[in-house]
Amino acid sequence: MSLQPFKSIGIGAAFSPNLKANLHEAARLSLFFKSKLFLIHVGEVSDDKVKMLKIFLKPFEKDNLNYEVVYKSGNPVDVILSTTEEKNIDLLILGAVQRERFLKYYVGSIARKITRKAKCSVLLLIKPSVERVACEHIVVNGLKDPKTEQTIKAAFYVAKQLEANKITIVEEIKQEQVSVKVDDDKSLRKANIIKERIRLRENSRIKDIIEHIPEKYTKNIVTKLQPIFGKQGYSIGHYAQISRADLLVMNAPRKMTFWDRLFPHDIEHILTELPTDVLILQ
Amino acid sequence: MSPRKNKIKDFLSALPKNIFSGFVVSLIALPLGLGLAMASEAPPIAGIIAAVVGGIVVSIFGGSHVTIAGPGNGLVGVLLVAITTLGIESAYAAIICSGLLILLLGFFRMGKLADFFPSSAIQGMLAAIGLIILGKQFHIMFAHKIKREATLDYLYEIPFTINDALHYQNKGLIFAALAGVISLAIMMFYAKIRNKYLQLIPAPMWIVILSIGFSYYFEFIVHEVNPIAKEYMISGIPSIQTIIADMHLPDFSSVGSFPFWSSVLAITLIASIESLLSIKAVDKLDPEKRRSNVNRDLKALGLATMGSGFLGGLNVVTVIARSSVNVNNGASNRSSNFFHATFLVLFIVLFSTQLTRIPLPALMAILVYTGYKLASPNAIKKIFSIGKEQLIIFFVTLIITLKIGLITGIVAGVITTLLIHIVINKTVSLFVRNVMKPNVLMYQEEGQDNYYVSVKHFCSFLNYYKLKDKLDAVPEDKDVIVDFSLCSFVDHTVMENMYNFQELFKKRDGHFDVIGLDMHDTDSKHPFALRRLLPVPNIIKNNLTRRQTSMESLAEDYDLNYKSEKQKSIGFLNHFLFFNTKTVNHIYNQLSYKNNVINLFDIEFSEGEFIAKEVIRSTMLHIKLDCPIPEFTLDREGFLEKVYSFAGFKDIPIQNHSDFSNRFYLLGDNEEAITAFFDDDLVHFFESNPYYHIESNGESLLIFGKERLASIKEIKALFDFGKRLKDVVEH
Repeated sequence: MSLQPFKSIGIGAAFSPNLKANLHEAARLSLFFKSKLFLIHVGEVSDDKVKMLKIFLKPFEKDNLNYEVVYKSGNPVDVILSTTEEKNIDLLILGAVQRERFLKYYVGSIARKITRKAKCSVLLLIKPSVERVACEHIVVNGLKDPKTEQTIKAAFYVAKQLEANKITIVEEIKQEQVSVKVDDDKSLRKANIIKERIRLRENSRIKDIIEHIPEKYTKNIVTKLQPIFGKQGYSIGHYAQISRADLLVMNAPRKMTFWDRLFPHDIEHILTELPTDVLILQ
Repeated sequence: MSPRKNKIKDFLSALPKNIFSGFVVSLIALPLGLGLAMASEAPPIAGIIAAVVGGIVVSIFGGSHVTIAGPGNGLVGVLLVAITTLGIESAYAAIICSGLLILLLGFFRMGKLADFFPSSAIQGMLAAIGLIILGKQFHIMFAHKIKREATLDYLYEIPFTINDALHYQNKGLIFAALAGVISLAIMMFYAKIRNKYLQLIPAPMWIVILSIGFSYYFEFIVHEVNPIAKEYMISGIPSIQTIIADMHLPDFSSVGSFPFWSSVLAITLIASIESLLSIKAVDKLDPEKRRSNVNRDLKALGLATMGSGFLGGLNVVTVIARSSVNVNNGASNRSSNFFHATFLVLFIVLFSTQLTRIPLPALMAILVYTGYKLASPNAIKKIFSIGKEQLIIFFVTLIITLKIGLITGIVAGVITTLLIHIVINKTVSLFVRNVMKPNVLMYQEEGQDNYYVSVKHFCSFLNYYKLKDKLDAVPEDKDVIVDFSLCSFVDHTVMENMYNFQELFKKRDGHFDVIGLDMHDTDSKHPFALRRLLPVPNIIKNNLTRRQTSMESLAEDYDLNYKSEKQKSIGFLNHFLFFNTKTVNHIYNQLSYKNNVINLFDIEFSEGEFIAKEVIRSTMLHIKLDCPIPEFTLDREGFLEKVYSFAGFKDIPIQNHSDFSNRFYLLGDNEEAITAFFDDDLVHFFESNPYYHIESNGESLLIFGKERLASIKEIKALFDFGKRLKDVVEH
């Protein structure tokens, strides 16, 4: 397994009030992951713009930040997607929008389109900040899915690089798996026995995955397993929110169809209600 | 012994108790069944048929344990409309169709149907039904039959009827009205008189017995005709042969018409809501703490309703008042429901001619009281204390139900609630955006046994079923924490249900905590429901009563702690057998001694539900013990206990103390430990001291004298008794 998944990081650089914070976050991550940073600007080159980006990234020069600015005009979604492919970007950073008055974040329409179509991993930031906010607790999904093993491994890698000290692996279990419907005391007892059995099975599956990760990455990190019976994709976001996680790591969804958007599931739930920073791994 | 055999043995040993409670319930079911049927303008026997079919079918196929099925009071309103618009034969067809729908509801697991209605709207609907019953029967109670188009007209005319009754010239009418008024008085004051011999027979049966006795008195002793006017006597109680011979087939000819189906829908809706609410309430009273299978019960009720409709009976629903009487008389399984039906059949077979001696006004008084209980001012006061907006919902539902009809009324209630929620929150998007989201997360943390539930966005009657689904999957003896901190709006319906869950968990050794609402309190957005849940201790009342000041000085003289305020933390009482089928409201006027080791307090608790509900205040003594002792109940031996022991409650004899065994009635499961515990010292202590009811729950003792508040002198005696008993027990 390649344990340096993010060789190059891309970020859309639109000249908004958030730009400085976004750039700082992206630059810091590039240093943590020892990767190259691509600033993708949708629009023409101009001296002002070049100067401004330079000023913003000045503090990182002493750490030898390796970065490149790409200027390209056109439709923002297409530009960013095509550039990620051209430059072989592994991780794309996107900012979220805050719903006014509420402390609720969601992914804007452009970012949402990019998230759905991107072939690389995507990191959605809810509160980019100039100063670093330490990442302490990472929540990662433990779905029964071929991608999960890779996702968990990457989560440990990220935890190591960001010096997070706690990882919770959430196994979302569909309610349908509990074959008994609770009606009375007898069926309740039965349902609870089945749940306990599923819980143990899921935990042993995840433990097996963790055992295959090099010890270098797992030591010094508190690992917790948390089985949850609930709606896939939604419960994990809810859990990340109440456990005050700093980063939520998830599998990229399988191919989306029109129906998936109409009846939101998995990742779509997260996009309308970002509980925290979300890393979607391809 | 195999577990299966054990079950049969348990069932057989519990049988006498269940036969006994089935008998007591049938005593209420008989007059209520007749009255409810007549109030819906069906033949009186239709109510009894419903109770008999319901009792038999539901006890065999049902999924609840101690409920009683029969004709319901909520249904009077809709059945009345159905029978008057469709005619009785088509109404039977409508009842059969509604039975089919209820059966389907059970199959589609719609037991959660009742959770979709805001509780204030349901309250309003029930109050409207109460007024419909009261308005119509009030006139008959005063021997003044009238016929009006609108329900409200009946209510307007109540004062005129009273005025007319005061000026009756006809002797027959005067006697009829008197029978009504006296019966109403019996219903009202019955609960106030705590005499165990009187309480052995339920109030409605007293009315029946007294009025039949009255009729016999005139026939055999005075040798006169019964002075009550003939048209105000129950007519048309057929003998069992005629019931079977006269069975008319339901008429399905109007099946295609609109009024038919609107009646079917209304009957189905009310029948299922009434049953579901009753099952929920009775589950809380079940001494064995079982959980009812709601969907299975719905199926059974549907089947029973279909059968009842074919035989010429009314809808079968689960009824709260009769069920609570059932529980209070020691029922432990469904067989009591079966026996209630059996006794009803016996009554009809043996006494059907006697029943025609009951005056109509007396029977209607029972219904007037039922109606009053449904729409009592207390219910309105309670709703007002929750919040003004709840009162709006309540009255909108009430008035529209009275003016137009039940379905329109409840729909209006739901819409009003929704609008009020939108106005209070000043947002529509909160509801529109989040109503479909699975907003409830429940998980058990690794290695811990407790459940954590977090609710997001908003939680109201619209999406309460999601929360309920999760909470229902938790055994009641576990610990649950419900966190509303991510929830920006919680409505009254949810808060009320949370309170109910709390009560249920408390009774079954679990813990149910609601957190995260502290922030909401300051938020002014939704103050109403909150106050309900986190009751602020009542503002200290300055004006103590005379009894309270004497208690205060008593506390000073004897170095006790005195607290006059109401206290709701009464968890220490939950394990006493005595409170198994009773709901403790609060304790007050507490005198405590030595760090609460000995505690004397006034207590308010209630027994039964609805018309069988009785609020009782008493003074009790609670002693915490240092060492565990066996669980037992001790009381003086009396006639009632003889009756009970006949019904299967066993008295434990103590060897060599026949005097004690004769005078006291000792109950408990662990006979060996109890006989060992009652040594010479203890027996001698009990023999030489006044009688009290004494109960042990293993670690503490509960002692009380009469089921009323004690005087200061009695308090002193009780305290002294408790102190000495503690010494004897702990030696």
